[in-house]
Formats: sequence, structure tokens, C-alpha cells
Amino acid sequence: MKICFTAQGATLESLSEDRFGRAPYFIVVESEDGSFEAIKNPYADGGGGVGPKAAQVLIANNVKALVSGQVGGNAKEVLAAAGIAMYTYNAGGSVKNAFDQFTKNTLVRS
Amino acid sequence: MKLAIASGKGGTGKSMVAANLAFTLSRTIFVTLVDCDVEEPNLHLFFPTPATITEVTVPVPVIDENTCQHCGLCGEFCQYGAITVLPNKVLFFPELCHSCGGCMLVCPNNIIHEEPKRIGTVAISTPLPNLKLISGMLNTGNPHAVSVIRAAKKVAAGDPLVICDSAPGTSCPVVETLDGCDVCILVTESTPFGLHDLRLAVDVARRLGVPAGIVINRSDGKDQATLEFCKDLGLEILMTIPFDREIAAIQSRGDLLCQVQPTWQNAFTALFMKCRALCKGN
Amino acid sequence: MIRIAVISGKGGTGKTMITAALAQLLPGSIVLADCDVDAANLELLLSPKLIRTEPFTGMKTAVIDTACCNLCGECREHCRFHAIEHDGIIYRVNPLRCEGCAVCVHVCPIAITMQPRQTGEVMYSDTEKGHLVHARLVPGAGNSGLLVHAVKKTAMEQDRVCDLFLIDGPPGTGCPLISTISGVDIVLIVTEPSVSGLHDLKRVVEVCRQFRPRVLVAINRFDLEQSLTKAIEIWCSDENIPIIGKIPFDPVVIESVRNGVPVTCAHASPATQAIQILECNLEQELRNYRDQRK
Repeated sequence: MKICFTAQGATLESLSEDRFGRAPYFIVVESEDGSFEAIKNPYADGGGGVGPKAAQVLIANNVKALVSGQVGGNAKEVLAAAGIAMYTYNAGGSVKNAFDQFTKNTLVRS
Repeated sequence: MKLAIASGKGGTGKSMVAANLAFTLSRTIFVTLVDCDVEEPNLHLFFPTPATITEVTVPVPVIDENTCQHCGLCGEFCQYGAITVLPNKVLFFPELCHSCGGCMLVCPNNIIHEEPKRIGTVAISTPLPNLKLISGMLNTGNPHAVSVIRAAKKVAAGDPLVICDSAPGTSCPVVETLDGCDVCILVTESTPFGLHDLRLAVDVARRLGVPAGIVINRSDGKDQATLEFCKDLGLEILMTIPFDREIAAIQSRGDLLCQVQPTWQNAFTALFMKCRALCKGN
Repeated sequence: MIRIAVISGKGGTGKTMITAALAQLLPGSIVLADCDVDAANLELLLSPKLIRTEPFTGMKTAVIDTACCNLCGECREHCRFHAIEHDGIIYRVNPLRCEGCAVCVHVCPIAITMQPRQTGEVMYSDTEKGHLVHARLVPGAGNSGLLVHAVKKTAMEQDRVCDLFLIDGPPGTGCPLISTISGVDIVLIVTEPSVSGLHDLKRVVEVCRQFRPRVLVAINRFDLEQSLTKAIEIWCSDENIPIIGKIPFDPVVIESVRNGVPVTCAHASPATQAIQILECNLEQELRNYRDQRK
């Protein structure tokens, strides 16, 4: 299953990003084998409404779960309507660290 | 006559000037005072009287999910990302909506209609026999200051003398407040911050074609730079209020200088006469 | 990197003066941002040396090509923002009123297009204490919230290895303020003892609560009206908001501003001492914050 992590860079070693809508990158990891794809967020600097637009990127990429630090209300609504589970990670570590915590089930479901 | 009071820099004393000017003039003529600093209105603190409150609404789209074909055209058109169209659901985010009506126009099936959404209030009170106070207040977190300012000014339309107290800064809310006014008082303080921001405020007034005059507040006598700037640009200094701890205390408590020290009424009357001359001059 | 925004609610309470002083005193590497893009003053205290500048374009605005326009007037009829003017001869979009909705483009596909319009610039400068990102907004332009975002983004990208990101915020509670506090860890609200100051403090705290930062308060010029200082203290206590600094009115502050330096560069005075205490308390908050994150 595909899990999306908000990140400041394009690799698993990149620091995770707290914000969702304006995250520079979405790292989509396949939980089965740990392979990943880095998607540059085209809405990171856009005008208003970036949350829902960013959510649509996840929907288009068949993401089933999102791990992020701070998801705005509008984005939450879209993600919930699309059935994407949300988990909170704000320890400030790398994407890999966030992924480890996710697999160990230590993240809080938001 | 419509008179605006703006500044550029925050905290220079716009509200103090607006409140005292309105108080003084209302002793002889009918004055309408409009608080256009709708994010942080405070004139009602100087004139605490019960008010009639009306809601300000803007039209927002309502999409009929039963007949919606989920074609996605409205979501694609909306420049503000206020509509998200999923395969089986449409989500609408009212605080992102600018009420432009575009989604209704592009919908091929005509299933969008509009309903009013509350974004703030306009409070109307009569604190003194000849003074009408209109206070615009924007709901916190809402980005549509301009709509509330418009609604507040509309209530004053047609009144003989309208004084509009603006927000600080130089962006949309200030432009909306100054637009259509006959003259503008720019309140500054005699510090480099005050002067720096005064230049920006003068620029806005000039772009809008509103003649402006300057009030220097909290002057400690070291106003050289400001005086030179005004001279270079042909701006008249309408009044200088010295820094004075007693004046500061009166203001902090929410009292009116012109009421506590009535001799100040002469200065504010003179200020008004100079503003009138500026209008006619152009 | 810990992100701190210094805001106020009411304008003129002393945010910029305090931000400059904190920049001087706080330990570790710092990157600074001035997000009061309408009236950016932090640069007046930090003597920045400009490194580079980037143009800022907000949302696109509508532009009418008069050569193709057939004067039907549909655009003006549909524009809800009174942005289309007609002087009897031609139709013209007033960029100060245009909100970029593109409705006019929809009703007139021939003569109107949406064009980017430069409404400001983002400047990246060097100061004694670290890099400063600041901006200019064309007076009267909209999208100040977006410009704030551009300023913050530049700082966070260029100087991501810094320990601290210190932001001088705008007054008010609108878009620029919301954009400033989005994603910050700590918000320091500088207020003053006046009825307006307290009223506006309450409103800006309400906006802050829509996010999740740690909220702290400092009272500037607290000795000018003690009854209101008391009222602020009581309210903050009821709301569990710590007051980490109380600064007295001090003429040395204005002198420093006139000299274009942070007040902490001046000789010891009541205000500088009070700001030093404020900074110590803030350092404690930073230590607590770092411990919590582990």
C-alpha cells in the first residue's frame, strides 16, 4: 500500500516537513518493499487553496495513508472524503525515521 | 465630504485622531465615523454605546449533489481552490471563496445556486447626538476584510460628513478604505519607522488620486527628516501633536483627549478646516 | 530549526524593536525574516547588505486587449469587484481592484487574458547576526499573504541549517498574519497597556488558536498605564498564556531607532535590561521546546 510522507527533500534521508499543503515534496513509499517515489509539490508556493489541491495529488497517486505534522482543515476534509488515513509525525526526523515509526505502529492516527 | 485617516505604520495614532476629530466636530455638525480597521476595530472602545448589529454576508455557491454530474469544471475554473470535485462528492471551502460567481457560470448543468455566508458584522450606534458610529468587524481568520469595509462604508453613503478610520499598512483593506474619499490624513510619528512607512502610504494615496495632508503624532521635536520629506513632496503638515505621557495615558485608558482637555478642540477644528481646503484645492 | 514569530494584533506595540533586540541576544545561528511586507521596518535596525533580489508575482490579473475588444461590456457587467472601468471609449481593468477570478475571461474569450503582474520583490540580505529575508510590496497590491509565504520559504530553504528562524510579523489578524504564523513553533505577542492593545491581543490569540504554536506574551511600555497592564496580566493568567517580559517606557528606545541600531546596542537602560530578561525567558522556552521534541 502506498503511504505519503511530507518532506523537505526528495529522498528518504530528507528531513520530514511538518506542513502538508506547502510541503516541498511528497515521498510516496510502497509499504510492501520500501521502494519510493518523490513527487515535487506543484502547489507549495501557490495562492490559497493549496491544501485541497495537494490532497488531490495524493488521490491521483492512489495513496492510502498520509504521514505529516500539520494538516489544515480543508485538506483533512478532502483526505477524509477520499478515505485516506492520516497519521501525525512531528519529531523533526528524516522520512526514513517517520516510515520506521509508521511500520512499528507508534504513530498516532489523527 | 469623505475624509480618510491612514498611516502606513501601525500605532501612530489614527484612531486617536479619528475619534477626537469626530468628537470635536459633532459638537456643531452631524458626523459619521466609520471604523474600517475591520481586523482590529477599536473606535467602539472610545465610544462605548449599545449598537445595532447587522451581519455582513457574501454570496457563496451551493452545489446540488443529487444532480451534480461531477464533471469537475467548477473545480478547475475556481482560481482559489475553493471547490474540490471527487468522483462521487463535491467539497466546498467557503473561506477560500471570493464570491466571484464563476462556478455558477461554468457549470454546464446549471445546478449551482448562491446563498449568503456570514463573514463579519457592522455595528451602528449613536454615542452622541450628532455622532453616528459605524464599526466593521471581520470574523477572525476570515480573509475578506474588503467586503466588510465595503459594507460599513455603504451604511455611511449619503451622509454629509464621513470620517473613515483605516487599518495600518498599504494593501487591499487600506485601498478599499481610501478609495472614493475626498481627502486623506496620514498620521505619522517622528521616527525613522514612521517616515519609512509614510512614504509608502503617500504613494497609495497618490495612486488613488486622493489629496493627502500629514499629522505628526508623539513628536519629540526631532522631526527634521519628516519635515524635509513633506517639503520635497509638497505635502502640508496639518497638525503636530507633541509626545506627552498624560496624552498617552488618556488614550490608553480609552478616553478622549478633546473631552479631558477641551482646549484641544481648537486644534482639531483647525485640522478639519485645513482638510476642507485640501479637498477644494484639487 | 525552531521557528518563532513576533506579532502584536494592534500595530505599533514595538514588535520590530523587540525582534531586532532578540536577534542580537539569542544564541546560535539565526535566519531573520520581516513578514510585515506592507511596511517592512526591520531593515532599518539591522543595516542589511543586499545579496540578491527576486521579483514577486501574486495572482494573475485580467488584462483587456483594446485592439480585439468589441465594447460589448459583458466583462464589466459580470465583474463583482468593480474592477472594470469604462471611460466612454475603452474598457480597462483596474489592477488595484482585480481579484484574479477570471470570470471576465470566461464571458469574453476574445479580448481578455490573465497575466502575471509583478507586485513586489523578495530581498535576501546579510546582517551581522545572520541572513535577513525581507520584501517590498507595491503599495495597494493584494496577495500580501502570498508574499509573506515567499519570504518565509526563502529563509527556510536558504538557511535551513540555522538553529532559529526569527520572524518580525505584521499587525492585524488577516491574511499576512495568518500566513506568518502558519507552521511556526512559538508565537510571541507584543502588546501594550491600552484598551485597544488588550482588545486586539484577544483577537490575535483567537487566530493563533486555529494553529498549534506555543503562545507567549510580552508587555511593552507597561508602566504607561498600570491598570491596563494588570488587566492584561489577569487575562493572560486566565488563558494560561505566560507573560515572559515587561518592558518599561524608555527614551533610549527611540534614540536607538533613530540611530538605526537595536536597542541592546545602546548603553544599559531600563528597557535594555527588561529585554535581556525577556530573552532569558525565551531561551528557557526554547530549551523546553527542544526537550519536548526528543
